[in-house]
Amino acid sequence: MPDISYLNDLIIQVRRDILRQVHKVNSGHPGGSLGCTEFFVALFQVLMERKDGFDMDGKGEDIFFLSNGHISPVFYSVLARSGYFPVNELNTFRHINSRLQGHPTTHEGLPGVRVASGSLGQGISVSIGAAETKKLNNDDHLVYTLCGDGELQEGQNWEAIMYAAGNKVDNLIVTVDYNGQQIDGATENVLPLGNLNAKFKAFGWDVMEINDGNNLTEVIEGMKEAKSRTGKGKPVCVLMKTVMGNGVDFMMHTHAWHGKAPNDEQLEIALSQNPETLGDY
Amino acid sequence: MKKYTDSGKKDTRSGFGAGLTELGKKNEDVVALCADLTGSLKMDEFKDNHPDRFFQVGIAEANMMGIAAGMTIGGKIPFTGTFANFSTGRVYDQIRQSIAYSHKNVKICASHAGLTLGEDGATHQILEDIGLMKMLPGMTVINTCDYNQTKAATIAIADHFGPVYLRFGRPKVANFTPEDQTFEIGKAVQLQEGSDVTIIATGHLVWEALLAAETLNEQGVSAEVINIHTIKPLDKDAVLKSVAKTGCVVTAEEHNYYGGLGESVARVMAENNPSPQEFVATQDTFGESGTPEQLMDKYGLNAEAIVKAALKVIARK
Repeated sequence: MPDISYLNDLIIQVRRDILRQVHKVNSGHPGGSLGCTEFFVALFQVLMERKDGFDMDGKGEDIFFLSNGHISPVFYSVLARSGYFPVNELNTFRHINSRLQGHPTTHEGLPGVRVASGSLGQGISVSIGAAETKKLNNDDHLVYTLCGDGELQEGQNWEAIMYAAGNKVDNLIVTVDYNGQQIDGATENVLPLGNLNAKFKAFGWDVMEINDGNNLTEVIEGMKEAKSRTGKGKPVCVLMKTVMGNGVDFMMHTHAWHGKAPNDEQLEIALSQNPETLGDY
Repeated sequence: MKKYTDSGKKDTRSGFGAGLTELGKKNEDVVALCADLTGSLKMDEFKDNHPDRFFQVGIAEANMMGIAAGMTIGGKIPFTGTFANFSTGRVYDQIRQSIAYSHKNVKICASHAGLTLGEDGATHQILEDIGLMKMLPGMTVINTCDYNQTKAATIAIADHFGPVYLRFGRPKVANFTPEDQTFEIGKAVQLQEGSDVTIIATGHLVWEALLAAETLNEQGVSAEVINIHTIKPLDKDAVLKSVAKTGCVVTAEEHNYYGGLGESVARVMAENNPSPQEFVATQDTFGESGTPEQLMDKYGLNAEAIVKAALKVIARK
C-alpha cells in the first residue's frame, strides 16, 4: 500500500483534476465526483488486485464497474493517475474526438472502462455477469461496483439485487454512494429511498455501512471489511455515506453542483482550497 | 423451377434449441440465459447438459441483458432467450448502452416474433423488433426461415464477434432448407431464378414466397426468389444484381413496413437503381388474437398476398 501522505496528496490532486476538467468544458458533474474521490483512490491504489499491463481481458484481477457514469471526472482522473492512460489526456474531457466522453464508454477504447454507463441502473446487472464469468473461469478475484443512491430509483437495480442474492453471487461488492442528493434535490424530496440497509438485507445481501466515506482510512478499513465478507454465500453491499461536493466548501451539502461547472472565479476559490500536490496535468 | 420439399413441419425455435445444444457441446465459452421461458425457447437440453453454464434470471429481462453484457468480460459468449417483444422493446436501453454501444459479444435470441405467435395477441406479437434492432450501430440482425436454417444460424453466430439479434418464431412451418447447410452471415440465398420480378423474403415469408413463385409460374410469370436471412448487414449485391435483371421487387416479411426488410431494400435501390417495389408487411398496425394462419391471412402475409403484390409491381414497371 502506498503511504498515507501520498494518498492524501493524490486525493487533493484528483479534486483539482475534477474541477479543472469540468471547468474547461463548462459541463460535467463535479458534486458526486468530489464526494467519491476517497473511494476511488482507496479502490485503485489500495484495495483492488490489478494486473500490470492494463490488458483489459478481465481475467485474473479484480475489476470495477461505475454504474453512475456521470461521475466520470473522478473515474478518469484516478484511472489516469493509476497508469491506465496519460494524465494529459484529461485535457480532452468532453471534447470532440476524445476518448473521455461525458459518460464513460468502451467505444473509444479507453483503458480501464469495461462497459458504457450513464443511462442509470445498469451497472449492478453488468457486474453480476462479470462475477458469474469469474466463477466459471475459476478466477477468485472480485468485482467492485459503485452506484449512486438516487440511481436505486431505477427498477432494474432491484431485479439485479434479487438475482445476486438468489444466486449467491458472493464475489461482488456493490458500494452505494449514499450522499442523499440527486439532480432535482435531496433524495428524500425527490423519491425517498426508505431504509436502504433494511432493503438490501431483506433481499438477502450482507450489508455494512461506512459512516464517513470522505475519510480515507475509514473507507480503506470499511472496504477491507467488505472484502473479508465475500465468498460466504452472499453478495456484499456497502452503504457509504459521503458528502456531495466534498473538499470545496461552497459545493458541499447541496445538490446545486450535481451537474454544474464552476465559473472562473469559483474555480479559483475551489482550487485554492485544494493546493497543487502531485502536479496538474 | 427448382423444387423444394417440406421435410416435415417444424418450429424455428426448435432449430434454435438444437443449435444451442450443439454449441454447448463444442464451445465451452457459450453460456445461455433465460427469463423464465426455457421451455418456450427450447433451451431445456442445453440447461440439462450444462447446468453450470445455464442462467435462469427469472422474469427480469433488463437484468438479463445487463448480466449477459457483463459475462462477455472474461470471455464468455452469452445467448439470451426470451420472446422477441421482451428481447427488444422492453430492454432497448439495456441493449443500446450495455451491449451495442459497449460492443459486447452477446447473442440476443428472440422467439415468438410477429403475428404467428397467435392467440396471445398483440401485447406479445412484436412487429417492430427488426426496425428497433437494425437501428442500433454495430448490431447484426438475422431472421431465419425454417428449422434447419435457424439451427445453422445459431451455430454460426457464436463464431461472429459482436452483438447479434437472431429472430425466429413459434409455429411449426415448412422445413425445406438443407440440413447440412453452411450459414453465412450477410449472404443472401437465391432460391429461384427468374426474370420478371424479384421476391425478397425473410423469416416465415420465405416459404410463402416459394409457393407464390409456383403460382406465378403457372400464370406465365417468372419470379426470382431470394431468401434474405440477414437483414443487417444486407446483401446489397444480391439485391442489385437481381433487380438489374427483373426491374421490380416485392419484399415480404412478418413485420411492420416501417423499419423492416422492405425499407432496407428500398434504400439500397434508391441509392443505386430506383425500381418499383411493393411491400408485403403489416401496414402500421398491431396484431390481435387468432391462429397463425388466420392472422397471416387477415394481415396479408402469405403466398396469395405475394402473388397480388408481384402482379401489381410488374404492372408498374
